[in-house]
Amino acid sequence: MADVITRTDVATGLEPATPSHADAAPRSSGPFTSRRGRTRFTVLVVVLAAAAVALAAGYLLLDNPGRPGTTGHLLVMQRRATSLAVIAVVALCQGLATVAFHTVTGNRIVTPAILGFEALYVTVQTGAVYALGVAGIVALDGVPQLLLQIGIMVALAVGLFGWLLSGRFASLHVMLLIGIVLGTGLRSVSSFMQRLLTPSEFDVLTARMFGSVSNADVSYLPVVVPLALLAGGLLLARSRRLDVLALGPAVATGLGVEQRRETRIVLTLVAVLVAVSTALVGPMTFLGFLAATLAYQVAGTFSHRHVMPVAALTAFVVLCGAYVTLKHVFYAQGAVSIVVELVGGTVFLVVLLRKGRL
Amino acid sequence: MITLENVRKDYASDVRIGPLDVTIPSGGITAMIGPNGAGKSTLLTMVGRLLGLDAGTVTIAGHDVTRTPSKKLARVVSVLRQENHFVTRLTVRQLVGLGRFPHSAGRLTADDERKVSEAIDFLDLRHLEGRHLDELSGGQRQRAYVAMVLAQETPYVLLDEPLNNLDMQHAVAMMKHLRGAADTLGRTVVVVLHDVNFAARYADHILAMKDGIVVEQGAPDEIMRDDVLTRIFDTPVTVVQGPYGPVICYC
Repeated sequence: MADVITRTDVATGLEPATPSHADAAPRSSGPFTSRRGRTRFTVLVVVLAAAAVALAAGYLLLDNPGRPGTTGHLLVMQRRATSLAVIAVVALCQGLATVAFHTVTGNRIVTPAILGFEALYVTVQTGAVYALGVAGIVALDGVPQLLLQIGIMVALAVGLFGWLLSGRFASLHVMLLIGIVLGTGLRSVSSFMQRLLTPSEFDVLTARMFGSVSNADVSYLPVVVPLALLAGGLLLARSRRLDVLALGPAVATGLGVEQRRETRIVLTLVAVLVAVSTALVGPMTFLGFLAATLAYQVAGTFSHRHVMPVAALTAFVVLCGAYVTLKHVFYAQGAVSIVVELVGGTVFLVVLLRKGRL
Repeated sequence: MITLENVRKDYASDVRIGPLDVTIPSGGITAMIGPNGAGKSTLLTMVGRLLGLDAGTVTIAGHDVTRTPSKKLARVVSVLRQENHFVTRLTVRQLVGLGRFPHSAGRLTADDERKVSEAIDFLDLRHLEGRHLDELSGGQRQRAYVAMVLAQETPYVLLDEPLNNLDMQHAVAMMKHLRGAADTLGRTVVVVLHDVNFAARYADHILAMKDGIVVEQGAPDEIMRDDVLTRIFDTPVTVVQGPYGPVICYC
């Protein structure tokens, strides 16, 4: 460091790059520091995509009980194709939403689930079973119920952001705290209602509480696919602004990003994505966290337009992988969310203990 | 020129910054000095539109900071706070590259890359440009952030205590860099300084604040006087002539 002062002579000013460096690789501020980094990323995407295709094919084709060519065979294939589409939507939603959420909240641990999303889902479902009974709930199932569920969740999240980010508590920490308090309160309300249910009602409810793609119906797809693609596309379109937002509110404002407005837009899109995923399959608390954390580790870049697709792809591989494994290895396919949360929860703890902070 | 008219920030009923009526001239380095809690950082962050005003107007080169779109303002003024928290893992060069965001919206052209290189070379960071920010010392990281705001190429550069946590070697180097930014790049640098001696040596203009208002303003030799500094800091201060100009003794 001793040469710093001598080389920083005021008179030096701006000098063109010295010729001795001319033969080196061109200096670039791009998302990858070296050609190796870029190659590594390309290989990673290819491997993930190949794994995704292989797992999807495995999910679709393995162990079909019907004989090829029969109606039974075709029906099973159709059902599985629907589930596969649901898995893809959930992976896209959770992967993109978690990365964007991490960036605008300036942390890499708290996920949208903390905003009371899962708790709200549980409350809405419990409330429905409590008020309508098993017969009512079965009669109401379908697209209107799905839209209602998504609508309630997005409205709550947007209202919360609008209120908290506009007024004097313009702090994400306060918002997260309120999210936790709200979540705990909602959970208490639903656990109180659950105690008053009959055993058969409780049984129906429990089946819905586990995140599972079999919760979703084929009629949901025309609604959720465009919604997820639209919100996800809008998030991806903002990825360069997310790169700047990751530097913190002050630096982002200094660089001309209207931080508060941008944060609100991003959180609204996150709310739509998480609401779609939760309303579709139920709570998947750690899927987004798992996918985002793995994506940060393997992508090796700050660039959101590279990290976000990797996160979505990772979520797909994890979720689809869990289904294939459980279906064809352990024959326990209802328990996917348990497995994802077990693995995700372990990763969460490891990351938390290694970093020692939020 | 930066003009503040009747600017006020109320933190509580008895804690108030302002009313401030100040003009900061274009060109050179303006240093803000004053005791803790005098409102130096508040003034700077309000000018840099990081903090809202409770009353009054701030104008930078004819742009009203509360009305001008943030994006447009980012080509007029750059601002850097003391501590910067970041979540993504960036190299020095990638950080400086993001300084071009107001011009290129994230799509860096060859011209942008050249300006990034210039800013990095200007702050002697070339040997560190491939390093990640979390692998740097506090002083090096500080320099990387300064390189980022220089790459932003704004006529006005606001820095809140850039010498914080720097040892004397790096503090001197940083002030020389800022002097160079003012002299060779023609930027107007406004800087909050804790060390009056640095202000006296490197600034063209000193602005002294106390209890939320500007109490003194002028060239260094107008401020570097026993009575003036004693009044600003409420501490007996003696100014002596050192080898590079006036220095203060106070302990």
